[in-house]
Amino acid sequence: MMEQTKILKKKAIQIRKTALQMIYNAKSGHTGGSLSCVEILVALFYGVMKMDPKNPKLPDRDRFVMSKGHSVESYYAVLADLGFFPVSDLESYCQFGSYLTGHPTTKVPGVEVNTGALGHGLAVGVGMAIAAKIDSAGYKVYVLMGDGELDEGSVWEAAQIAAHYGLDNLVGIVDRNKLQISGRTEEILRLENLEQKWTAFGWRVIHVDGHDIEKLINTFKGLPVERGKPHLVIAHTIKGRGVSFIENNKDWHHKVPNDEEFRMAMMELDEKLKELDAHE
Amino acid sequence: MSEKSKMASRQMVAQALMELAREDETIVVVTSDARGSAAITEFFESFPERAIEVGIAEQSAIGIAAGLSLCGKKSFVLGPACFYSARAFEQVKNDVAYTGANVKIIGVSGGVSYGPLGSTHHSLHDIAAFRAIPNIDVILPCDANQAYAVVKYVVNRERPAYIRIGRNPIPFVHDQPCFEIAKGYVLRNGSDVTIIACGEIVWHALKACEILSKEGIEVTLIDMPSVKPIDEEIIINSARNTGKVVTVEEHSVHGGLGEAVSAILGKNFPVPIEILGIPDEFPVTGRQEEVFSHYGLDSVGIATRVQAFLRRLTHGR
Ligand SMILES: Cc1ncc(C[n+]2csc(CCOP(=O)(O)OP(=O)(O)O)c2C)c(N)n1
Ligand SMILES: [Mg+2]
Repeated sequence: MMEQTKILKKKAIQIRKTALQMIYNAKSGHTGGSLSCVEILVALFYGVMKMDPKNPKLPDRDRFVMSKGHSVESYYAVLADLGFFPVSDLESYCQFGSYLTGHPTTKVPGVEVNTGALGHGLAVGVGMAIAAKIDSAGYKVYVLMGDGELDEGSVWEAAQIAAHYGLDNLVGIVDRNKLQISGRTEEILRLENLEQKWTAFGWRVIHVDGHDIEKLINTFKGLPVERGKPHLVIAHTIKGRGVSFIENNKDWHHKVPNDEEFRMAMMELDEKLKELDAHE
Repeated sequence: MSEKSKMASRQMVAQALMELAREDETIVVVTSDARGSAAITEFFESFPERAIEVGIAEQSAIGIAAGLSLCGKKSFVLGPACFYSARAFEQVKNDVAYTGANVKIIGVSGGVSYGPLGSTHHSLHDIAAFRAIPNIDVILPCDANQAYAVVKYVVNRERPAYIRIGRNPIPFVHDQPCFEIAKGYVLRNGSDVTIIACGEIVWHALKACEILSKEGIEVTLIDMPSVKPIDEEIIINSARNTGKVVTVEEHSVHGGLGEAVSAILGKNFPVPIEILGIPDEFPVTGRQEEVFSHYGLDSVGIATRVQAFLRRLTHGR
């Protein structure tokens, strides 16, 4: 295993632990979705995006929009780890008076837009990508969406507009974990064939294993593969990834672990860290 | 009226809908990946063909409910108040209210009951928004009993309605289900000041009256579930008796119950009014009760502010 990949794999496990700790402390949060997008966040923030945690408003930074705002715990955990704000502040997550609210807000250094109502992020991302074109700026815009989120019609309006403007500096990412709150996406509201839909809307679609950091980094770094088109990365993931009893279980969308569940989850993640170390 | 027995209003709303659906096969429910929050999972199991899941698509949920109603169904849309009062607003205005489709919207987890999830999940503008649309009733039951009564009442009113309830289990204010449109309920009688409140904050106003009574201040407390149409008579009569009015709501101070009451009194019987609600800002992070206490909307806060209001009136500022 390459050294960099190994470091990032460990990072992903640590982010999961931090996210779970936050949810456990706050007795509030969105466990499943936070765990499912960890590798996507790690790949983007540690391996792809141009940014400076000490200068979060750097004009030419790449933009990241957390459109699935409920996955805020792993997002905050990543931003804190990178030094956008002190890691110790995470203890105040969702506590009275904290700037770390239960969905992302721009009070948090590194957060570009307030999200939490689904189906908003892609349009904001389209605006950012158009601004980059107007200014001939080199930055890219990444928008992370849930698959259930794609039920919202506003996503498809924005998708159409992005293609119309030929925004090849815009990357949409779908956390394709096949679950939303009430059950399986294909049972609640059929989404497939997703690739055909986005392709028909004028996007270039790429599939990737959403838990393979190396592949994610290589995919993102290789974009755009086609000039003049926005790109959609369908990241195939498992909701609740990393903790066996949370994985692929709709009940864990916003369930908070009790003492015993928390202990077991942390143990399982620690085991995984040890395995990685043994894997020299 | 005991604090021990608490119940979430959504539980009783769901029960009322189940009872109605058994007797009336034109009842349908529509939701948008919110059957759990709306407590209608059982409805989905009992009446699968009359429970319509549209996915996370609040705007279409309202449009679809309008279409169902225009074809003879009595449709109830259930989902988070924050999304139905904001995202689906134009559908409510045009497809429901303007068209006159008999759709009842039940906004759950209203106000700040989602607490620390933040302003995307709060609905502190919904009374103002829906009050400004003609042809739709705006109703905020104060407990599970009243929520049950509201559902049973509005089903027979051939007219759109927006009903806002909370999320968390709350104490009972009313021993029995009771609701009539445009009717206020006197919960306490006193001659020093009138408090008018709506929704799940009524309980806190009631507790504030107990605190004030110990201080020698006797309050007339009116529960006003029907914010539009509102009970003008009870407001005017009470203002005549006490000469001072305080309103309390889990809503922005702009455009809600307070301004509705002010408009009526300004026209008919002007008296000093104090509007208690969330100030014009995105609220501080916190659980519902923390947010209430931060803005002086818990029982102690309400009592303190009523006293300050009375002091100001007697001694000037
Ligand atoms: C406009 C809007 N409607 C409803 C919700 C409530 N909600 C929060 S998460 C969620 C399910 C999201 O599912 P998905 O996009 O698949 O996210 P993930 O599986 O990654 O958690 C819903 C319905 C919301 N946040 N915004
Ligand atoms: Mg999903």
